[in-house]
Amino acid sequence: MTAITVQDLPENPLERAPIVEGNETFASVTETVARVSEERTPRGWFLLFGASVLILANLAAMVGYLIWTGVGVWGNNNPVGWAWDIVNFVFWIGIGHAGTLISAILFLFRQKWRTSINRFAEAMTIFAVIAAGMFPAIHVGRIWVIYWVFPLPNQMGIWPNFKSPLLWDVFAVSTYFTVSLLFWYVGLVPDLATYRDRFARRGKMLAARIYGLFALGWHGSNRHWINYEKAYLILAGLSTPLVLSVHSIVSFDFAVSLLPGWHTTIFPPYFVAGAIFSGFAMVITLLVPARQWLGLHNLVTLNTLDNMAKIMLLTGTMVGYAYGMEFFIAWYGGVEYESFAFVNRAFGPYWWSYWIMVSCNVISPQFFWIRRLRRSPWFLFVMSIFVNIGMWFERFVIVVTSLHRDFLPSSWAYYRPTLIDILTLAGSFGLFMTLFLLFARYLPVLAISEVKGTMKEANPHHGGHAGHRDVHAPEGAHV
Amino acid sequence: MKRKWGVVAEFESPAALYAAAKRVIDQGYSKVDAHTPFPVHGLDAVLKQGPSHVGWFAAAMGLIGIGGAQLMMWWMNGVDYPIWVSGKPPYAWEPTIPITFELMVLLASFGALLSMLGLNRLPRLHHPIFSHGTFHRASDDRFFLSIESSDPKFDQTNTPQLLVEVGGQHVELIEED
Repeated sequence: MTAITVQDLPENPLERAPIVEGNETFASVTETVARVSEERTPRGWFLLFGASVLILANLAAMVGYLIWTGVGVWGNNNPVGWAWDIVNFVFWIGIGHAGTLISAILFLFRQKWRTSINRFAEAMTIFAVIAAGMFPAIHVGRIWVIYWVFPLPNQMGIWPNFKSPLLWDVFAVSTYFTVSLLFWYVGLVPDLATYRDRFARRGKMLAARIYGLFALGWHGSNRHWINYEKAYLILAGLSTPLVLSVHSIVSFDFAVSLLPGWHTTIFPPYFVAGAIFSGFAMVITLLVPARQWLGLHNLVTLNTLDNMAKIMLLTGTMVGYAYGMEFFIAWYGGVEYESFAFVNRAFGPYWWSYWIMVSCNVISPQFFWIRRLRRSPWFLFVMSIFVNIGMWFERFVIVVTSLHRDFLPSSWAYYRPTLIDILTLAGSFGLFMTLFLLFARYLPVLAISEVKGTMKEANPHHGGHAGHRDVHAPEGAHV
Repeated sequence: MKRKWGVVAEFESPAALYAAAKRVIDQGYSKVDAHTPFPVHGLDAVLKQGPSHVGWFAAAMGLIGIGGAQLMMWWMNGVDYPIWVSGKPPYAWEPTIPITFELMVLLASFGALLSMLGLNRLPRLHHPIFSHGTFHRASDDRFFLSIESSDPKFDQTNTPQLLVEVGGQHVELIEED
C-alpha cells in the first residue's frame, strides 16, 4: 500500500476541505468500498468473528440461565432493584444516538462530511439498540409474558398504563429501532444495486440475486431519485426529534420518579448530550481500526475525525457542566435529601465510581482543544475507550448510588454485581460485535452513492472531466 | 419482432448528461429519464420532472398516527379499563404526549418509505433497461439517458441518431420484455 497522503488543509474557514481526498474518481470510490466485500475474507476477520461469536454464545448461556432460574442470579438487592440491567440498557441505547445524530441531524445541517461515516454509524445504532432492547426484556423476570407491555388484548382484559414512563419507553425504543432500520435501509438501496451489478458482472449469481432482491430493482432513474431524496429528507426530519425524544424518555424513567438524584429537570438534555458523547466515542472506537484495516483513508479523512472530536469536545463539556449543575442545584434547592444524595455520590461508598466517571468524561474530551491530538487517530481511539468506560460508569452512578441509600436508612445496602452480571455485560458486546462484523464484511460500509454526490464532478455544472479536481466554489450554495 | 421499450445512451459525466438532456428536451421529447449512480441535482428541472408527492403521504400517515394514538389511549385507559393511580384522571392529554409523538413518527416514516416505493413502482424484479450492454455502470460511474418508445416523437432511426449527436455512447435500442 502506498503512503497515506492526506492533505492537511485548509484552515481558511472560507474554503471547505474536500470531503474525498486523493485522486479518487467515481469508479475508485465504488471500488474502494466494494472491494471490502469482494475480496477473500481476511484471516483477521475470522479471528475477530470467532471471538465475538464465542462471547455471544456466552450471552446466550447467561440469558438462558437467568430465564431458567430467575433474576436472583443477578446482584440486584432490595434498595438497588435496578442495577446493571438498566445501566447496560441506558449505556447501549445512548451509544445508538450518535448514529442517528450523524445520519439525520448532520444531514439536515448539510454537513457533507457525514457521508463517509453515516452508514457505519447507522449500523452501529441498530446493533446498539438491539443490545439495549435485550436488557429490559430479560430483566422483567417472566419474559414469556413480555407482550403485556404492548397494548394487546390479553386474558386479563386489562390494558397497559399509558401514564407510566416505562411504557413510554417501550414505544420510544421500539419506534427508534424501527425508524433507524428504515432509514438505514433506504440509504442502502442504491448501494445494494451497486453490489448487485458488480457481483452479477463477476458471475456470482447467488450473491447478485440476494443483493438484487434487497435492492428492490433500483435502476437509478431520476424520477426515482426525486422521490427517494424526498423520502430520505423526511426520514431525517422525523429522526431528528425522534432521537432527542428517545433519550429524553429514557431519562423520564428516572426523572418522573421522586427519588433524590433522579428527580431533576436537567435529566432530558443531560441524557441526550451524554448519549451523543458516548455514541461518538463508540463510532471512533470502531472507525479508527476499520479505516486502517479496510484502507478507507481517502474517504474517511482526518478532517472527518477532527470534526467528530470537536463534537465530542462539545458534548463532553456539556456533560461536565451537567455534573456541576446537579451539585449546584442540590445545594441551591436546599432539600436535604437531594443534598445528601449528591454528597453521597461523590464521597459515599461508591465514591470510586463517581470519580472514574468524572475523570473519564470530563478530563478526556478536554484534550480535543488541541488540533494535533484531534488529528491523531490512535490517540482518539484511546480517548474513546476512556469515554466508553466513563459513560458506562455515569449510568452506574445514576442508577446505583441513587438507589442504594433511599429515604429509610434501615434498608440501606451495598450493591455488588455477580459473575452473571459481568458475563452478561460482556456478552452484550459479543452480540454487538458479531452483528457489526457481519455488516462490515457483507454490506457497503460507506454510503457509496452519497460520497459520490459530494464530489466536485457530481455537480452538472462542473467544467472539467472526471478525475480532475479544481478549486471549487462553495458547493451546495444553492440549497 | 419484439416491441421496443426505448433507446438508451451512456454519458461520461453528470455535466455531459446534463447538456445532452437539455438538447433532447429542446427537441420536444417528453418521455425522457436519466439513470445515474447518485442524484444529479438540477436534472429534474431540465427533464421537467415535477416535485415529489412523498411528503403528502408521510403527513397523512403522521396524522393517522396522532389520531390513532389518542384514540387508543383514551379508549383503553379512559373507557374500557380505567386505571386510577395516585388520584390522576384515567385519561388526560398531558401524559399521552410521548406515545402520541412516537406513533406519529413511526407511521409517518412508514408513509415516507412505502409511498416512495409505491410512486417509484418498486420493488420490481426486472426492468427492460437492464438489458442495455453497459447499464451495470449506472450504479457505478456512468450516466444514462433513456427515451421511451411511448414518446410521441419517438422514431426508431431518428431518436438513436439524436442521442449520438448529443454525445451519447453505446446508444442501444432496448426491447420490451
